[in-house]
Amino acid sequence: MTTAPPTAAPLPSGATLLEVRAVSKQFGARQVLKTLSLEIAAGEFLTLLGESGSGKTTLLRLIAGFEQPTAGEIWMRGTRLDILPPYKRPVNTVFQQYALFPHLNVSENIAYGLHASNTPKNEIAARVNDALDMVRMQEFAAADPARLSGGQQQRVALARALVNRPELLLLDEPLSALDANLRKEMQFELKSLQREVGIAFLFVTHDQEEAMALSDRIALLRDGALEQVASPREIYARPATAYNAQFIGQTNLLRAIIREGVADCGSFQFPYAGKDASALFSLRPEAITLAEDTPQPADPVRFSATIRQQIYSGATELLELETTTGAFLRARIASRKPLSGSHDFVFSVRDAIAVRE
Amino acid sequence: MFAHSFWTVHDGLIIHHWNLSNYATLFQNPLYVQVLFRTVRMAAAVTILSVLLGYPLAYFLSFRAGPRKELLYQLVIVPLWISYLVRGYAWKTILGSDGVLNGFLQYLHITHGPVSALLYSPFAVVLMLTHIYTPFVFLPIYASLEHIPRPLIEASQDLGASPRQTFFRVILPLSIPGLLAGATFAFVLSLGDFLAPLLVGGPSGTMIANLVQSLFGAAYDWPLGAAISVFILIVTLALLAITQRIEMRWSKRWSLE
Amino acid sequence: MNSATANSKPRSPVLAAYATIVFAFIYLPIIVLVVYSFNRDGVGGFPPRHFTFDWYRQLFADSAIWDSVLNSLIVAVGAVALSLTLGLLAALALDRADFPGKALFRRLVLLPLILPGIITGLSLLLFAVRLNLELSLITILLGHGTALISVATTEIFAGLQKMDRRQEEASLDLGATPWRTFWLVTLPNLKLSLIAAGLLIFTLSMDEIAVTFFLYGREYTLPLEIWGRLRRGITPEINAISTLILVASIILITVWYHLRTRSLRS
Repeated sequence: MTTAPPTAAPLPSGATLLEVRAVSKQFGARQVLKTLSLEIAAGEFLTLLGESGSGKTTLLRLIAGFEQPTAGEIWMRGTRLDILPPYKRPVNTVFQQYALFPHLNVSENIAYGLHASNTPKNEIAARVNDALDMVRMQEFAAADPARLSGGQQQRVALARALVNRPELLLLDEPLSALDANLRKEMQFELKSLQREVGIAFLFVTHDQEEAMALSDRIALLRDGALEQVASPREIYARPATAYNAQFIGQTNLLRAIIREGVADCGSFQFPYAGKDASALFSLRPEAITLAEDTPQPADPVRFSATIRQQIYSGATELLELETTTGAFLRARIASRKPLSGSHDFVFSVRDAIAVRE
Repeated sequence: MFAHSFWTVHDGLIIHHWNLSNYATLFQNPLYVQVLFRTVRMAAAVTILSVLLGYPLAYFLSFRAGPRKELLYQLVIVPLWISYLVRGYAWKTILGSDGVLNGFLQYLHITHGPVSALLYSPFAVVLMLTHIYTPFVFLPIYASLEHIPRPLIEASQDLGASPRQTFFRVILPLSIPGLLAGATFAFVLSLGDFLAPLLVGGPSGTMIANLVQSLFGAAYDWPLGAAISVFILIVTLALLAITQRIEMRWSKRWSLE
Repeated sequence: MNSATANSKPRSPVLAAYATIVFAFIYLPIIVLVVYSFNRDGVGGFPPRHFTFDWYRQLFADSAIWDSVLNSLIVAVGAVALSLTLGLLAALALDRADFPGKALFRRLVLLPLILPGIITGLSLLLFAVRLNLELSLITILLGHGTALISVATTEIFAGLQKMDRRQEEASLDLGATPWRTFWLVTLPNLKLSLIAAGLLIFTLSMDEIAVTFFLYGREYTLPLEIWGRLRRGITPEINAISTLILVASIILITVWYHLRTRSLRS
């Protein structure tokens, strides 16, 4: 919790708030986080995305102060953070299971951090009220946390963290315990809350759809290392590695041999400026269309394939294709009458993105 | 037993004549009253000391002991299974005039002669009972401390509370049920204990249960003994009921999983 | 969620030292007891010199002690049988049946655990007198058996709760009567609980003095025998027998603990 005077001037958005410098973390023999560096800008919504075991929660806990880095440092606004205990850091956490204090009611829970920092009584009451307003839980002010639903508890946890006006809010998979509908709703709420409050959010999740929907930037973690840090659109359109391309959204991975400016994928070829080598390309299913559809993509690459399966999902359908050379591809097209047999397909060269392994 | 307490003794025979005279004796006889108060004081002392010893131990094991926690827990439990008599006897040998403690003190030249006041005194009884009941007090406190979800501690620190604040505002309140259970246990059992005074109490360390026991023995007044027993029973049950009520009210404000 | 202990947890040397002191307080008298059982000069004085087995030799020659051990064993075995049977019934009732006054019944069953021994002992004594029973080993046995029902009930109840009900359902489905099911399915499943409870009751009965104090006749159990000698004076022979009791208790408790953890894991 901040012991800095509340009048510290907020950074203009975009300025670096938190720096993770070459941090690594080992638990015994296990290297959970390999040396990584990351910057979080003031006011941004950054998501740590990854599978379980990728190290995203560990990184969060390092920033919160519940673990110490094995190597490296964490800095915030010119102050070194990793040597401070959690209760001295201007960072607050929303825990996965909310961790609301069962022996205190909702208001007392929210006021907890304010009491800990010796805020004057009248100010506490006012700020607790504001926090309750912000998460729309005013009528639950004296409620017993155990009697609240998951979504309500989560809002209380949010309020409890935000009332302390931290510079950075850490959220550890806060929506994973909610059912699907509630989850979608809370995603909207979280996003608008973050806009409203203007605090930087560091959000941890394994759900890539959630990450894409909420984030200003996504930091994709795999086995303790950062695969890519970019905006959702950037990561989707230009994934750096095959893993990223497959983890976020769906894709076709094409293996090709580049020779004299042409990438040969077996089923088709296209011009590609690169050294003679073997390469991997990511091609999103929605980039492939039927040759007979208009408009045609720019720089088209044509190929023929047989439709093996057609999976309907409302507005679009997914076609599983087998090319003349026996390669399997997936194409997502606008729904139409059921198709079968062999057809011509086309995609733009620009949609074939070269990725690392 | 209840019935017996209302009867009287007459010429060495038990007469089934219902009255409350036994209860009157209990409360009016100055000797009995004195012993009663002394017993209560001693039981209170045992309870307080056991808690002072047991709570920090439980806290240490639960929060600071790390991987050795399980082993240390077993070590605390083991003495519970050692015979009461054995432990009482041990204290007897330690505190006596030519006991181990005196020998030790003289060996170190801290004292130059046996200190006889150690044994056969209320002090010895309190000491022995504290020794017996500290593990009993430890158990429920440890259980309730272990029950506190660790994320709550992290949340408290995350919100800015120092470890000290976290203890007083989160850990202690949530450990009250265990604390209450352990303290009640120690108090109730100390109140009704008669063996310790017989072993190490001497005449000045008699407790109320000793009165009962002698009334059933040499002093032969079963009805009076029964009356006192009933009294002890009622006090015990009342205490249990009260602490249970407090415990329920306390944890009705919240529920831990 | 990773819940490994944070490395930033403060070491508290003061607390650790205090904990050590408490441990010492709990263990020192016992250690003293054991050490002095080997001391030639008997109990008292410091430091102990002259290691000897003499007291143990004297102990083994002491027939009164061994008679009382035999008595204790008889009582303990009987108490185990009695407690387990009645405790099993009580546990089954609490686990399976719904009857008026169930909450009160539960309280009553568990009551002897928290009451001072003198209350339980006296109540049993008066009860025995009403029934015109002569005090003897039998009364001690009955006393232990009924007082320790609580222990049996608690253990068996825990075992019942953990049991997979579907096994019984499968048995009934396959055509076995409830009676057969009980013997062939329920009891075997409770094996660990029963053994654990039995061990516990056995140990507690062997050590029992408070309740026994009011129920004895001419024959003495081991604790009573020791008690009698204590009243007469201290001899290191008592240290020796105490040490032996200590060792036996620890062995039994270790076995009990292992059974318990095995049943918890299964």
